[in-house]
Amino acid sequence: MSVATATYRSRLRASDILRVGALGLRTRRLRTGLSTLGVAIGIAAMVGVLGLSASSREELQTRIRALGTNLLEVQAGQGFGRGNQTLPADAVKMVSRIGPVTAVSSIATVSATVRRTDAISEGINGGITVFAADSGLLTTLNATLADGQWLDPATSTYPAVVLGSVAAQKLGIVDVGDELRVRIGDNWFAVIGILNPVAAAEGLDRGAIIGIAAAETYVVGDDIAPERIYVRTQEGAIDSVRAVLPPTVNPETPEEVEATRPSDALAAEDAASTAFTSLFLGLGAVALLVGGIGIANVMVIAVIERRSEIGLRRALGATKAHIRRQFLTEAVLLAGAGGVVGVGLGAAVTAIYSSTKHWKVVVPPIAIGGGVIAALAIGAIAGLYPAARAARLPPTEALRGN
Amino acid sequence: MNLPVRDGLALELINVVKEYPGEPPVRALASVSLEVQHGELAAIVGPSGSGKSTLLHIIGTLDRPTSGIVRVAGVDTSEMSDRQLSGVRSHLIGFVFQSFFLLEGMTAIDNVANGLLYRGKSLTDRRDAAAEALRRVGLGQRLTHTPAQMSGGERQRVAIARAIVNRPSIVLADEPTGNLDSRSGEAVMDLLRELHTEGRTILIITHDRELAASLPRRVSMRDGSIESVELAPPVSVGAGQ
Repeated sequence: MSVATATYRSRLRASDILRVGALGLRTRRLRTGLSTLGVAIGIAAMVGVLGLSASSREELQTRIRALGTNLLEVQAGQGFGRGNQTLPADAVKMVSRIGPVTAVSSIATVSATVRRTDAISEGINGGITVFAADSGLLTTLNATLADGQWLDPATSTYPAVVLGSVAAQKLGIVDVGDELRVRIGDNWFAVIGILNPVAAAEGLDRGAIIGIAAAETYVVGDDIAPERIYVRTQEGAIDSVRAVLPPTVNPETPEEVEATRPSDALAAEDAASTAFTSLFLGLGAVALLVGGIGIANVMVIAVIERRSEIGLRRALGATKAHIRRQFLTEAVLLAGAGGVVGVGLGAAVTAIYSSTKHWKVVVPPIAIGGGVIAALAIGAIAGLYPAARAARLPPTEALRGN
Repeated sequence: MNLPVRDGLALELINVVKEYPGEPPVRALASVSLEVQHGELAAIVGPSGSGKSTLLHIIGTLDRPTSGIVRVAGVDTSEMSDRQLSGVRSHLIGFVFQSFFLLEGMTAIDNVANGLLYRGKSLTDRRDAAAEALRRVGLGQRLTHTPAQMSGGERQRVAIARAIVNRPSIVLADEPTGNLDSRSGEAVMDLLRELHTEGRTILIITHDRELAASLPRRVSMRDGSIESVELAPPVSVGAGQ
């Protein structure tokens, strides 16, 4: 055997790199747990923020869909010391003549109280507003009934009332029973329906809605002018309709008419929450950075403490690269474990918070994948310097001081 | 364990000089030349500061000489890169240290298997060879014990098993009995002598002249040079074995 010409090479299998990298974690569990926690908190914060914002966004989208983006609301402008302004009496008719308008209806508030019995003082209104509405309101708003029926052209002229969801609750009415009546002003009104919550006009939830004719006859005793008009348009025509609404409603002083799109408010809310999401994501990133520094710190300490192990491994034939890979693997495993724990934690936080808000739980896959990848990357960066330091340590120095 | 038959010298040093930079440079080894045959059991003995640790590091290829030639099993290591030297250590050299250097939290068998870790062998192969080596040093019943569960003498035997598991050309033992009581120390020396009679080449570095006197060949160091090389009188060798 001619050994002089033989070449001897050190080799470390990939599976052994993992095993060797995990060794330091197994033998120092408390430290592993604590430094993993740092990264886990950062990742959990980021995943939680992404999950919560996705869930709340999903909720907003659901509300926007329920509302429809083709709904417009027309009101008399409020300004210059004017009170609740009314719109011209023929406004509904005028608006319905605009081509792309598919539905239009109006409501007006009526100054009266709603009571279960006449034994209750008239001054106590329980926070319920009486609205006079036309029979098209239900379809215009895409609203639905929880029980009973909506006002039709016939019942609109009689003392009949449909209650909003909150109003019904306040009055202690859960369904439409036989001859169930409430007192509005000085007259008894039969309760014929209860609404589900209305996304398009949340004020209606606290309202008692009666027909315009009935309101004129039994409550006000005079003609009622519309205060607010809801307009549905064809998709795509929304902006052009919005532009012509003020002059159509009030040709004399169009500047006193306000046409708004209720879904814009939700879209703005959505945009605002996006801004907050970026802010919290930034805070999460800072937490993650601190976690990464924690790992770098722990690894530097590990390299100092494990000098003799490094020396031994070099004596057993480890190359500098083997030592570097060992410590790099250790840092990546440390951070990776933190990433996995953090993703789980963030998802759990999202699930718990969303379920208390009755939202649909949405954890974006990008947050899950991104969380783990970010943790691994942080680990690799944090491990770079300690690993290089371990590899640079001369074997003779590493073996000294025993 | 069958050992490969080896020709030539296990170790050859020619005019090895080691200087550490400084003003003036510190000369740790001044032109050391030494030959060790395959199958020899020898001691390098000297007081602290005599250069024996530096010599151990250079023989073990953990450090490179400033000048001179170092051949391990005929392989010239003087001009090798750090990576190539690692390869030489993983194949040709086994180390036994004064303070054992066993990894806590690892069983005896895995500590010994680490002696083959950087040879790229599979875990199963490494463990098989480790079990065999542990049985060889008389620790067949301690395979799954951790260092904390073993006495000092047992730990050093685990370390010796680790040093021989890769069937090196030369075993370098640095003060192998330095951390042991006299009884455990004697047991460890007996084990090293046994391994020697099986044909292994063992170099023991020690400051203990009494211990060195019990070995067949003694290389005495002083001030970075070899002061004397003596062969043990036949009577002493006979008494030692």
